[in-house]
Amino acid sequence: MTSFQSNRLANGGLVDRSAPFNFRFDGKSFSGFKGDTLASALVANGVKLVGRSFKYHRPRGILTAGSEEPNALVELRSGARREPNTKATTAELYDGLVAASQNRWPSLDFDVMSVNQLFAPIFVAGFYYKTFMWPAKFWEAIYEPAIRRAAGLGRAAGIADPDHYDKAWAHCDVLIAGSGPTGLAAALAAGRSGARVLLCEEDFILGGRLLSDGGTIDGMPAAEWLSRTLDELVAMPDVRIMTRTTLFGVYDGGTYGAIERVSDHLPSPPEYQVRQRLWRIVAKRCVVAAGALERPIVFAGNDTPGVMMASAMRSYIARYAAAPAKRIALFTNNEDGWRTVEAALGAGLQVAAVIDARAEISPEHRSLASKGGFPVLHGSVSGIDGGKNGVRRISVSLTGGARAEVEADGLAVSGGWNPAVGLTSYHRGRPKWRDDIAAFVPDGAPPGMVAAGAANGAFGLGACLREGFAAGAAAARDAGHGNGSGSTPVADDEAFSLTPLWHVAGKGKAFVDQQHDVTASDIELAQREGFESVEHLKRYTTLGMATDQGKTSNVAGLAIMAVVTGKSIPETGTTIYRPPYVPVAIGAFAGHHRDENFHATRLTPSHHWAVEQGAVFVDTGLWKRAQWYPRAGEKDWLESVTREVKAVRGGVGFCDVSTLGKIDVHGADAGAFLDRVYINTFSNLAVGKARYGLMLREDGIVYDDGTTSRLAEDHYFLTTTTAKAGLVMQHLEFCRQVLFPELDVQLTSVSDQWAQFSIAGPKTRDLLKEIVDPSEDLSNEGFPFMGAREVALRGGVRARLFRISFSGEMAFEISVPARYGEAMARNLMIAGKPFGVTPYGTEALGVMRIEKGHVAGPELSGTTTAADLGLGKMMSTKKDFIGRVMAGREALVAADRQVVVGVKPVDKAHRLRSGAHIIPKGQTPGPSNDQGYVTSVCFSPTVDQWIGLALVERGRERIGEIVNAHDPLRGEDYDAVICNPVFYDPDGGRQRG
Amino acid sequence: MRIVCPFCGERELGEFTYLGDAKPVRPAPGASEDEVYDYVYLRDNIAGVMDENWYHGGGCRAWLKVTRNTLTHEISAVEPAAGAGARQVAK
Repeated sequence: MTSFQSNRLANGGLVDRSAPFNFRFDGKSFSGFKGDTLASALVANGVKLVGRSFKYHRPRGILTAGSEEPNALVELRSGARREPNTKATTAELYDGLVAASQNRWPSLDFDVMSVNQLFAPIFVAGFYYKTFMWPAKFWEAIYEPAIRRAAGLGRAAGIADPDHYDKAWAHCDVLIAGSGPTGLAAALAAGRSGARVLLCEEDFILGGRLLSDGGTIDGMPAAEWLSRTLDELVAMPDVRIMTRTTLFGVYDGGTYGAIERVSDHLPSPPEYQVRQRLWRIVAKRCVVAAGALERPIVFAGNDTPGVMMASAMRSYIARYAAAPAKRIALFTNNEDGWRTVEAALGAGLQVAAVIDARAEISPEHRSLASKGGFPVLHGSVSGIDGGKNGVRRISVSLTGGARAEVEADGLAVSGGWNPAVGLTSYHRGRPKWRDDIAAFVPDGAPPGMVAAGAANGAFGLGACLREGFAAGAAAARDAGHGNGSGSTPVADDEAFSLTPLWHVAGKGKAFVDQQHDVTASDIELAQREGFESVEHLKRYTTLGMATDQGKTSNVAGLAIMAVVTGKSIPETGTTIYRPPYVPVAIGAFAGHHRDENFHATRLTPSHHWAVEQGAVFVDTGLWKRAQWYPRAGEKDWLESVTREVKAVRGGVGFCDVSTLGKIDVHGADAGAFLDRVYINTFSNLAVGKARYGLMLREDGIVYDDGTTSRLAEDHYFLTTTTAKAGLVMQHLEFCRQVLFPELDVQLTSVSDQWAQFSIAGPKTRDLLKEIVDPSEDLSNEGFPFMGAREVALRGGVRARLFRISFSGEMAFEISVPARYGEAMARNLMIAGKPFGVTPYGTEALGVMRIEKGHVAGPELSGTTTAADLGLGKMMSTKKDFIGRVMAGREALVAADRQVVVGVKPVDKAHRLRSGAHIIPKGQTPGPSNDQGYVTSVCFSPTVDQWIGLALVERGRERIGEIVNAHDPLRGEDYDAVICNPVFYDPDGGRQRG
Repeated sequence: MRIVCPFCGERELGEFTYLGDAKPVRPAPGASEDEVYDYVYLRDNIAGVMDENWYHGGGCRAWLKVTRNTLTHEISAVEPAAGAGARQVAK
């Protein structure tokens, strides 16, 4: 049974009464209309209590009608889509909406933890630092869990977010934040000049305060002007209007961040639609027309449900046709607050009284009071009699000392307006104080940005239109456009007279920051304890550190600090403003980069074929590489890998090695260039030959290795490791462009252009003969070890063939254009069938390279020199090369360096593990006798036991020594023997044969 | 931040990789260990305007000398490295 909308006004408002929506709040059913927010629908249903406060569990109602709301936070939706701390004031109502109040147990009406109020003395400012100091071990076990249960906001869903988020770029001449009168006037001026305009509005309809406050523009009612203006803007092809989009950040170079709530007004995103979209907007100019936020006055009981900002009360009455109270009072220190009285009277609501803190009020308002039949009390509100069911009675301290009481069920409060200075201050800008409006206004802005209208301290409607139009026109001019047609929209400026009032002394808690439960006395306490600086005040009391970032509380907080320290407000200063202006879901920053799409995935040319073969894949960087190819009946990976190794060593196998970085080096000075980047010499390499190369960093440490072949006098083909492919390209470009610009050499990355396969094993030549054109001579004389040249394949495809071996077997690597990669794998399988060809993965590749003592990533660890790797003799003494001088430093050539050796457990049945430390036998392991560690291990089918490579102090002098392999991670110590790192075919006869 | 690449035009920060101070010049072959040490390790850490090496890896792969104010991120000049771009063919 849906309850009747008891507080819905009979007429008016911008809600669609023909579109009723049902919704549930804390399990109860209600109804509202399209065009409502959750907050306005609750107001229309007479709901005042919407949540419990953070520390004290005080009953709280709705304070505002916008994104500055501190109190009306709910858990919106359920299940995986449950979103905590959602502002009811900006959550659009949809049919079937489900929301729950937060921070209460067992129910909102009866909340056990509200006893916290009785213990209020221990929850004062700095209580974290004072109360739970001793004993220390109680903190994690008792205090923190208890505090977390007692104090807090909503609960996260705790399950994966089912929605998608998008990221997009936009570019424009003029970006405008806000669609109130200022923003619309700016858009008109800029749009008429032909500029590309992007107008962002966080609300779901355009118009800003015009929607609530009305007025007369160009002689017509505001609603009519609004409708005509939107028609004109929509008709302009280069004006783009984005609603439900909040500009939240300003970055260098005219880049802005905005969050678009694409589907948050729907029960769930439509199929193939995202929930939110994160925009990065590049704008030549930006006009901030973000308006101003009305600020509260702090008094005892100011957090009672039914106490509401005056402008918000107007919005509920005028825009949503929902009455926040039947009989309202107004507490104001300025002229603007009176507009709420006019709105209430216009809607037929009772006005109980106006409490005006100013000495003088205007004759117009005096006559309004007498016509409306309500008293005007000169003084301040000093207390509220009420509770979870709202305001009942208001205590007033009259100027002169007398007291009065006002019976009302709602109190509108206006303490003046604070321009929204966030966006203009995000580059560490500090706003400046203006005495005439008693508010901070922007003092400059990041390059290309300007504030206009209320965001700049110009509060009158006429002034907003003038400033907005001028700012829009200037922005378009600055972006290279001429003057547009048309003139500034004209409206009167309302009177703005304000007597600053921040805090009314009284008995009971008076809240400054309602979301973090910071009271006026907390600020006074912070001052007494020496936390006077605003930055200290903020951190000691947590003022302004809640999800609303103190939008309604910061200025009042520092004004109270100014009073107690006897300083002026500008002397007290403000804290630093930081984005985001509104909370932005982490999911929106992640966009589609989650789960398997966290990063791009690179597939080898033979990937799809390998999938058909049932390969198990391993992620290496962005690549998916076949790790091994399990066969039916094999009980584990080790059995598969051992079979693959034996098949290669006994017959023939092949492996996709396309992931290697591949670079074509062209030019007359290509050889000279390679001489400078490698430790060994390439300029003397014969055409048609390949050579292993090692490059250092400039500090003398090994950077990368790989094989480079000379395909023509002025053309080398260079390969890098898979891991360093991109970085080596960047390094070589640096060498070419910055270090050696005099050399005639060009680099072309061809990693993705060539599919490359290693074909290895004694039957390699038999298999290749089936693939390569019969005219090509593959004999040992015609194509010797380390030969490299282009060949024709059967069918005519040109390939690059290299007689190089990582496995230690007779082997070739063959490159074909990437589009033939998959066909190559299939053809190798067909042609190799008579020879028992076996595809092998990266594990078997690794086993064979360890058996041969070849170094790889674990040994090229960024700490090893060429000599450490046993490759010191490769360092040419006849030429300069990157890293040469630094590699000669004393410590890098010391005799006791850890160098690569082989290692195997003495007990042949024992498994060797990477990471085990090498300790002299018989010594107690410790840092002082830690002489190295095991870098790479495998089970070697050839040696028939676990073997490995290790970096060991003076290792080459210690071949045959038995050491202790100390593995504290796995809790074991065992004897291992240091040996030659080449376990297999040490004289290399097999690869040359 | 946005950098105007002399080859590609104005591009977003994510396309570029930062290397650092562009001032040190690699010593000629035969330089002493001390000279090379200074080149490899000694860097100015300027609060203000400095020349930096940036790599346009997400675009044309040119190395650029970017003059940037480290306090404001304002970029006042961008020049290609001496060897960036295709080599000029002698006329």
